[in-house]
Amino acid sequence: MRAYAKRATALAAGLSSSSVVMADWTMNMTPGVTGISNQIFSLHMTILWICVVIGVVVFGVMFWSIFAHRKSRGHKAANFHEHTVIEVIWTIIPFAILVAMAIPATATLIEMYDTTESDVDIKVTGYQWRWQYEYINEDFGYFSSLSTPRAQIENRQAKGENYLLEVDNPLVIPVGKKVRFLLTANDVIHSWWVPDFGVKKDAIPGFINETWTRVDKPGTYRGQCTELCGKDHGFMPVVVEAVPEEEYNAWVASQREAAEKERQLTQKDWTLDELMVRGEKAYQTACASCHQPDGTGMPPAFPALKGSPIATSDMAAHIDIVVNGKSGTAMQAFGGQLSEVDLAAVITYERNAWGNNTGEMVTPKEIFDYKNQGSQ
Amino acid sequence: MAVTGVFMSAVADTHSQEHHHGPAKGISRWLLTTNHKDIGSMYLIFSFAMFLLGGSMAMVIRAELFQPGLQIVQPEFFNQMTTMHGLIMVFGAVMPAFVGLANWMLPLMIGAPDMALPRMNNWSFWLLPCAFLILVSTLFMEGGAPNFGWTFYAPLSTTYGPPSTTFFIFAIHIMGVSSIMGAINIIATIMNLRAPGMTLMKMPLFVWTWLITAFLLIAVMPVLAGAVTMMLMDINFGTSFFDASGGGDPVLFQHVFWFFGHPEVYIMILPAFGAISHIVSAFSRKPLFGYASMVYAVGAIALLSFIVWAHHMFTVGVPLAGQLFFMYATMLIAVPTGVKVFNWVTTMFRGSLTFEAPMLFAVAFIILFSIGGFSGLMLAIAPADFQYHDTYFVVAHFHYVLVPGAIFGIFASAYFWLPKWTGHMYDETLAKTHFWLSFIGMNLAFFPMHFLGLAGMPRRIPDYALQFADFNMVSSIGAFMFGATQLLFLFIVVKCARGGEKAPAKPWDGAEGLEWTLPSPAPYHTFTTPPDIK
Ligand code: HEC
Ligand code: HEM
Ligand SMILES: [Cu+2]
Ligand SMILES: [Cu+2]
Repeated sequence: MRAYAKRATALAAGLSSSSVVMADWTMNMTPGVTGISNQIFSLHMTILWICVVIGVVVFGVMFWSIFAHRKSRGHKAANFHEHTVIEVIWTIIPFAILVAMAIPATATLIEMYDTTESDVDIKVTGYQWRWQYEYINEDFGYFSSLSTPRAQIENRQAKGENYLLEVDNPLVIPVGKKVRFLLTANDVIHSWWVPDFGVKKDAIPGFINETWTRVDKPGTYRGQCTELCGKDHGFMPVVVEAVPEEEYNAWVASQREAAEKERQLTQKDWTLDELMVRGEKAYQTACASCHQPDGTGMPPAFPALKGSPIATSDMAAHIDIVVNGKSGTAMQAFGGQLSEVDLAAVITYERNAWGNNTGEMVTPKEIFDYKNQGSQ
Repeated sequence: MAVTGVFMSAVADTHSQEHHHGPAKGISRWLLTTNHKDIGSMYLIFSFAMFLLGGSMAMVIRAELFQPGLQIVQPEFFNQMTTMHGLIMVFGAVMPAFVGLANWMLPLMIGAPDMALPRMNNWSFWLLPCAFLILVSTLFMEGGAPNFGWTFYAPLSTTYGPPSTTFFIFAIHIMGVSSIMGAINIIATIMNLRAPGMTLMKMPLFVWTWLITAFLLIAVMPVLAGAVTMMLMDINFGTSFFDASGGGDPVLFQHVFWFFGHPEVYIMILPAFGAISHIVSAFSRKPLFGYASMVYAVGAIALLSFIVWAHHMFTVGVPLAGQLFFMYATMLIAVPTGVKVFNWVTTMFRGSLTFEAPMLFAVAFIILFSIGGFSGLMLAIAPADFQYHDTYFVVAHFHYVLVPGAIFGIFASAYFWLPKWTGHMYDETLAKTHFWLSFIGMNLAFFPMHFLGLAGMPRRIPDYALQFADFNMVSSIGAFMFGATQLLFLFIVVKCARGGEKAPAKPWDGAEGLEWTLPSPAPYHTFTTPPDIK
């Protein structure tokens, strides 16, 4: 309800800043911010107008008949039922229009498929239900998940401006550079879409798809997953920040540094409490969508961890399922997705939260050893 | 059941002109009947029941989407609703309705005493309730009903599917068997039982369109069966057809599915093309313009429908050459489709028009189906489809071809032939009310979906960003209006079956065809001796 009040106020206040008002009643595609998106927009408008014109002519004739050739107006039916010339004409004209339309469409398509000579390469991997971005030449990567609080989704809190279109870690790209995306998926098919770029491509397990963009205007651009990928398909947005090149370089440097720091954390001596704090955070972003924030899961699809035998007794099995996943089920291998610290933290958390009071902990070092022994 | 009773009594009570006995008594009449009229009625009643069931699921979807935020259902259940809604509407409402019309009308239109294979006819029908009993029962199973969309893309439907998926596969198999048997029966009937003198190019268009549809069915239902069988193997027998980690190929699934799926959408519309041609001509009191080109256009559409499937897969990563081929082939379909629309409009041109309910639905069909055709042409432009694909623009597109296309085509046919079926005229005022409320509701529900899609709202989501709120609310209001209106149709049909003004043999003065040479209601057995064709 409060969202409405907010929008009503926006409506009243918005007469001057009309974009706020218009946003609620957007009726058309927008031209977007890339060359491709502009070309798509003009194809869209061209074909739309062609349809409108044909529609006006054809329905014009029809409405004329409906108006003038009614029996109630005493109109007598003619008896013609064939006319070869007319029939040939109205086969050829649409064909010619379509050929005219196919030419610019083909040109745009060829350009969209040209992924050569990129400046930046980013690997995008779809997971149920978040995106992973890996900067291939820079040796770092991270996950990007929905950051809208549950309370807003469940209507216990007013919805924010970017409701469902906001993430914890947006993708960052430099303006003016050709960015190539390599898309794949870890579980089911997802589709990565940023309307303003005119970029949409499916992320398919076992395949690597390519697409590209070049953004000239700095800004924050928002999109969503567009291929049904299970329960939280509606809750895995895409947010891209296009920034000037210097800013981008500085950001890359800081990311690399942070990645290095994270690797060092593995060597630190962790206490149970520290792991619990970190584990709760990691659990909420990586695990809660299936196993639920309170660990009760959603049987039979997603088992409860609260009181589960694996999470309360068999430590080895617990580490194994989290690191290696269980093939053929939605339980993924988190070994490659989370750092050793997060793995240790989340397992420790699961063994001590919600009444699973085992008092046991596993350290990042142990996880590191487990992974390296496991890979031999 | 009550409906069945009244609906049927109109046929049952009529004293048969021929020396045949009438229908059997009691339940065995329905279980064991081989009469094309009884079976046709059962198909129609079944399909209407499924329409209401699939419609109530649409109401759940629209209620959840009335406002942003999760209000009445959780995402898992929402996905089950969209999936079941799509499956039930396609396989339970639209396809059986056309088979029902075919059963009733084909023998009457070609002067045949019954369908060529009456026992198989009974079996094809009774398989359907079995299939849907299984499908609907998945809603009550542990883990819920199928939740992967009516397109059930692997691996979401295999590795990640709910336990009930195996039952879903079984249900699809049974529906497929039923459809294939129905199609064989229709082809056998049309090829063998036409009255002497009825050459192919003298066949009514409804017969023509159904003949072509039946061939499409025989060609693609086995492909669907193949797709679900591969799923069955992946799920239960350890194969990896669609599982990348086992060396399989998830994209293969989409190719196989859409090789079935695209002809399937024509299966849902071609019979309506045929029926609409009769209705437009009847209420224009003028022969159909371009009969021959209508036949060729339907043939061309059917052939083209086999080489356009990958237009559903433009974002999948098809190579450029493939992308271009499928774009050109898809655009080409607009030509024969345009020919049909031009022919209908020219049939009306300089006619002597009246607007009884069948004609209202037929005119709305032409206009609104064309709007769906226009958005289809837009979707065919591959670069633009990258923006449209899997958004509400697509939902708008296919509802414009399915609701005013398939469903209005069925309503138009029902009103057109109800006098022949029941022997009574339906209530014209109520029928016009049904039309106008449906027309307004449907446009209110589906037109704003174009805007939502263009503004960026993906399909199959239970919750959405705030900028989509207003049009979603409008759309939901329209949907409730459309949904509620359909109860009025039920009332009109029951009322008409029970009584009302007696219908003459030919209630529409412009109508042509053998069916109108029979008394209304059509006797239980008709054309036991073939009529003469001039
Ligand atoms: C996409 C949904 C999903 C996500 C996200 C997920 N899991 Fe699971 N998890 C499952 C499923 C499904 C199973 C059951 C696998 C099976 O069939 O044995 C499971 C099983 C488990 C089990 C074994 C439970 C038992 O008693 O058998 C543990 C422990 C576990 N997950 C931990 C985690 C952790 C830790 C995370 C986050 C890092 C996580 N899961 C994220 C779906 C998920
Ligand atoms: C009663 C009026 C109807 C309403 C209000 C309605 C509404 C909807 C909505 C809102 C969706 C989109 C769901 C989503 O993407 O989240 C949908 C999907 C669908 N509808 Fe309808 N619909 C109606 C009638 C029909 C009819 C008559 C048919 C077919 C003959 C049909 C076939 C489909 C199909 C195939 C889907 C796709 C399902 C999927 O995404 O897997 N609908 N419907
Ligand atoms: Cu998704
Ligand atoms: Cu198609």
